[in-house]
Amino acid sequence: MTRIFVDKKPYEINPKQNLLEACLGQGLDLPYFCWHPALGSVGACRQCAVKIYRDEKDTRGRIMMACMTVPTPDMIVSIDDPEVRDFRAGIIEGLMMSHPHDCPVCDEGGQCHLQDMTVMTGHNYRHYEFEKRTFRNQYLGPLLNHEMNRCIQCYRCTRFYNEYAGGEDFGPQKLRNLVYFGRAEDGILENEFSGNLDEVCPTGVFTDKTAKQHYTRKWDLTFAPSVCPHCAVGCNISPAERYGTLRRVVNRYNSEINGYFLCDRGRFGYEHVNGKDRIRAPRAGQNAKPVEITRAEALDRFSSLAAEGKMIGIGSPRASLEANFALRSLVGAENFYAGIADAEYALLGEMLAIQRQGPAPATLRQLEHADAAFVLGEDVTNVAPRMALTLRQTVRQVFLEKIEKMGVPRWQDSAVRELAQNDHGPLFIASTYATRLDDVATGTYRAAPDDLARLGFAVAHILDASSPDVPGLPAEVRAQAERIALVLQAAARPAVVSGVSTGNAAVIRAAADVARALAKAAKPVSFLLTMEEANTLGLAILAPKPLGQAFEAAKAGNAQTVVILENDLYRRAPAATVDALLAAGHVVVLDSLETRTTEKAELVLPATPFSESDGTLVSSEGRAQRFFSVYPPVGDVQDAWRWLRDVLGLLTRPEGLSWKNLDDVVEAVARAVPALERIRDAAPGSKFRIAGAKIPRAPHRFSGRTSMLANIQVSEPKPPEDPDSPLSFTMEGAPVEPPAALQPFFWTGGWNSIQALNKFQEEIAGPLRGGDPGVLLIEPATGSAPGYLNTVPAAFAPRPGEWLVVPRHHIFGSEELSARAPAIAELSPKPYVALGAEDAAALGAAEGSPVEVKLDGATARLPLRIEAGLPRGVAALPAGLGPLDGITLPIWGRIEVTR
Amino acid sequence: METPLTAKIRPDGEMIDLAAYERAGGYQSARKAMQMAPAEIIDTVKKSGLRGRGGAGFPTGMKWSFVPSGPDAPRPKYLVANGDEMEPGTFKDRVLLEGDPHELVEGMIIAARAIGADRGYVFLRGEYTDAGERIERALHEANEKGYLGKNIFGSGADFDLRLHMSGGRYMCGEETGLLNALEGKRANPRAKPPFPQVSGLFGKPTIVQNIETLCNLPHIVEKGPEWFQKLSLTGDAGTKLYGASGKVKKPGCWELPMGTPMREVIEKYAGGMQDGVKFRAALPGGASTDFLTTDHLDVPMDFTEIAKVGSRLGTATMIVLDDKTCPVGMVYNLEHFFAQESCGWCTPCWSGLHWAEEMLAAIEAGQGSMEHLARLEHICKMVAPGNTFCALAPGAAEPLQSALKYFREDFERHIREKRCPWRDGR
Repeated sequence: MTRIFVDKKPYEINPKQNLLEACLGQGLDLPYFCWHPALGSVGACRQCAVKIYRDEKDTRGRIMMACMTVPTPDMIVSIDDPEVRDFRAGIIEGLMMSHPHDCPVCDEGGQCHLQDMTVMTGHNYRHYEFEKRTFRNQYLGPLLNHEMNRCIQCYRCTRFYNEYAGGEDFGPQKLRNLVYFGRAEDGILENEFSGNLDEVCPTGVFTDKTAKQHYTRKWDLTFAPSVCPHCAVGCNISPAERYGTLRRVVNRYNSEINGYFLCDRGRFGYEHVNGKDRIRAPRAGQNAKPVEITRAEALDRFSSLAAEGKMIGIGSPRASLEANFALRSLVGAENFYAGIADAEYALLGEMLAIQRQGPAPATLRQLEHADAAFVLGEDVTNVAPRMALTLRQTVRQVFLEKIEKMGVPRWQDSAVRELAQNDHGPLFIASTYATRLDDVATGTYRAAPDDLARLGFAVAHILDASSPDVPGLPAEVRAQAERIALVLQAAARPAVVSGVSTGNAAVIRAAADVARALAKAAKPVSFLLTMEEANTLGLAILAPKPLGQAFEAAKAGNAQTVVILENDLYRRAPAATVDALLAAGHVVVLDSLETRTTEKAELVLPATPFSESDGTLVSSEGRAQRFFSVYPPVGDVQDAWRWLRDVLGLLTRPEGLSWKNLDDVVEAVARAVPALERIRDAAPGSKFRIAGAKIPRAPHRFSGRTSMLANIQVSEPKPPEDPDSPLSFTMEGAPVEPPAALQPFFWTGGWNSIQALNKFQEEIAGPLRGGDPGVLLIEPATGSAPGYLNTVPAAFAPRPGEWLVVPRHHIFGSEELSARAPAIAELSPKPYVALGAEDAAALGAAEGSPVEVKLDGATARLPLRIEAGLPRGVAALPAGLGPLDGITLPIWGRIEVTR
Repeated sequence: METPLTAKIRPDGEMIDLAAYERAGGYQSARKAMQMAPAEIIDTVKKSGLRGRGGAGFPTGMKWSFVPSGPDAPRPKYLVANGDEMEPGTFKDRVLLEGDPHELVEGMIIAARAIGADRGYVFLRGEYTDAGERIERALHEANEKGYLGKNIFGSGADFDLRLHMSGGRYMCGEETGLLNALEGKRANPRAKPPFPQVSGLFGKPTIVQNIETLCNLPHIVEKGPEWFQKLSLTGDAGTKLYGASGKVKKPGCWELPMGTPMREVIEKYAGGMQDGVKFRAALPGGASTDFLTTDHLDVPMDFTEIAKVGSRLGTATMIVLDDKTCPVGMVYNLEHFFAQESCGWCTPCWSGLHWAEEMLAAIEAGQGSMEHLARLEHICKMVAPGNTFCALAPGAAEPLQSALKYFREDFERHIREKRCPWRDGR
């Protein structure tokens, strides 16, 4: 720590940060635009000017930009000096020269950093009397709106989009006061992280287009601390509601996971909860004539089915631990089945076992600071998108360290990028098809899944000869393996990333062996395995029986009633298999959205989506995180665990009485499953209070609470109560900072935009005060190092007339819930089957020509897509979408040209 | 009077080719430099007192000494000749580029030897097409002879020198903007530190040097630092290319001893003022320097002396303002140029210069107010050195702030009379 003086007061600051960060970290207000905590300093806007004095005798001082200044011991700084205040006022006046003075009707108003900084600086009346410059806006796709007249040329957008996120279809054009930030022509922004521009832009040039369809001011939104339901990474989000509609999702900082940024699936997938597919009432009867029934009738029917005969339950990787546990309690652990395809579930079991033996999973923050990375068999961008953005920063670490040694601080962004040029630190990507990270890879290897595994095992063997060798490896692959091993060996903090996307256990074992070989060499290895859904790992820890056994049980007549929790089984198994199960007995489905499965159910119970429920999810990192409802469900909709609790009650089972609120279920889970014991600590329980008060979900300026429903009833209704959390649904409550796990939104006096976050961190870009939310369930194993997984597969052998059909994941379309959000659906690909160029030519089929795909007894006619680089003998189908989405891949199948 | 820089230039305007250049003693200095240790060359140049001719006047030898040397120094190292002569009223480097391109090449070989550069670029203003063709020819000839390329002069060292024609922005004349442009990026300036000597072109150690500066090197190496010191009339060493434009009888460019006063340049070389007009003021070294007036006609024009009277030597190519030309119109013209050439990176520049241009246009059109004058002064303060990212805007403020000082009455008359007195007759 270093002491500096700001306006005569001493402060202890971290000298590795720049002076702006140091001041902000001390809670001082110093306006800025172009600096961003994750993007560093470039000194463009000149807004954060301060006076620096040579010594105590220096009375004049020098104006310097705080963001470009290294704090030195006993540095004398002034923010308040009249001359530098005047300079900052001059800067804001310059920035505001052409900016529309329409805050009251601008959709950024009230959450606008420019507005905050203008007020902070004291600029009010515009002296510029000449014509403003105006621009033509562009169509940028369904996610973002473009309003260039608001631009203040701070360059943050291009620095994020092009430099941080690796986008190439966007950038600055023209010069002087006419710089234009956009694309060469109208069109959909290609980068998967474009939505962050909404938060990166200090004003309203880029705004959330989905939010615009049902726009609400920030101060009129009700927020909740939540966790993204659209993949297994577990990014923290703040979804926001008004009038019972989910309006938008913004980033909720967590320094261990998402930091400042979300992916576009996570930001824009929320609208599935607003859609016409929502189940709003219980209903009975199938197909042609379903009837809406009351909650009591529904429970009555459910309990009589439960009493009638043998009941099995199928859990869900997208439902909370509590909901899954409630179902397990109802049907009994011996009748509780995983709602995951068997092959994936087996893979998952393996991943969990590997992580428990070690190395334990790493956080994204650890991955970011790795100095070499090996991605084996994973399409990170499409399976665990936020992790891909992290890997883009991982490749910079080597250079950042080198540059720091040259005396250039890390935050000096333009100098760092200049020195690093286009060099990337070591990142090797071995995958079945080309990935979106290949542009920053130092080496790529494209092969069938078994061959990827062989490469991985070879790397492990080179790192440690006691791991199994790979017989018959071609010389060039061995050379590649040697290169990778050499780099990982030389690294101080190597990282290994693998996961579900190949559906191949050998790939995961190989990745584990590489990680273990590195750990054995005493390297602090970051080992990450991706999974698909928000609670995939949580479900696996509950150890349900494989889904296939449920099908067997039904066939054997051992399932008079099947209870399906938040799951569309047609995505998990071939249609004929699912049909047979659903025809075998009574079917009860608890879900928030209509699916092919709910269509077949004789009893449908409306469950709450993530925005209306509370619960615990376990991310692929093994982090248990609590998410909270943004607003209470309406009518007979209730949490799945409550439906199950109510039935347990009617069956006079003890849980029916003892589970009064979420705390009780959390406690029951923690007691019943030792591996989940720590979920109690994921967030404070419902009885937590600050000074005797709950924590408000709505900002204190929330307007019209007392009159919002006046058109229905003049007298003010009692605000809804939340029995499950210490959060209130209104603006009433403790006006102080809650623990990070309960922080619904970031907002503080004078800082109305998301950048208020600066005031909630231990230091800028550091952890949230009191620690980032979540508890890690998988701790580093103690005792002897785990052994190697000696299962080197044989080399991939293409089969004549057949293809190994592998899944190809899509950030937009492969995940069930987000695919139901209209904006995401618009970006989702149409069903297709992909072949490499050579195979397509051999088949005599051109791009787009219809082919017949025969898999596992099912046939579909699909257009052919040619994916250069797909190995010979391997075909790909989009994961989770299209007519064959229930068939578990990879699988051998036939592809024929349609005559 | 010795004129080493321009002595070999042919009177017919054609370039001097390699054979003729060598016959006149050319490339002997390069040969000599290849026998010298790099430190010895740097020392010689330091002793000579050579200061950069691009405008800032930074001591050349000292600049070189910041380049990392030794076996651990990053490679490749670059040498870039800044031939992006876009300063309004400046046409001195052009004389050298068109007349004696081999002098530049030889100078670059010497500089490359001094700093251990492996690669070099001549970054040339896009409009200098004649110079471009001649440099291309000179490079070809020098490569043929083995003076450039691999193992130059049999020394074992390589120096690969290429020509780059600029896409054309004023910002490319700023050394870091130039480097960005050369890398194919927007010609925005870079933050300093790190300085280009450490992290320049493609992040490698780089020296960017003005054409005239480089052309001095063969002569310093040949004749020694003492000789170079003695060429000057004042404390700043060497000869200097001076120029004059505006309503003088014979606008042009001349090589004269450093420290030649403005009066001598105008009266003796430029033939005096045109008939019917009187000298009123001049921008001594291109558009981005403060006006000097009749009071300063006898100030020796060198880096040190001009600075003492509140301006800069700059490029030493003066733009003369006469008594029949509207100073407001002149400043408006200049600020229009600077506003247009702002790269749009830092706020005080892109917003301040645009605003200044608008106000000057209003004043010139008879629509100005006294409030505008106060605001123009405020903008000059806003863009003071250190407040902006690079030197463009502080440079742009120099003619404006000095015009507001020396021609205040002219501005006020425009405002009072709501017209331009020059345009509408006095």
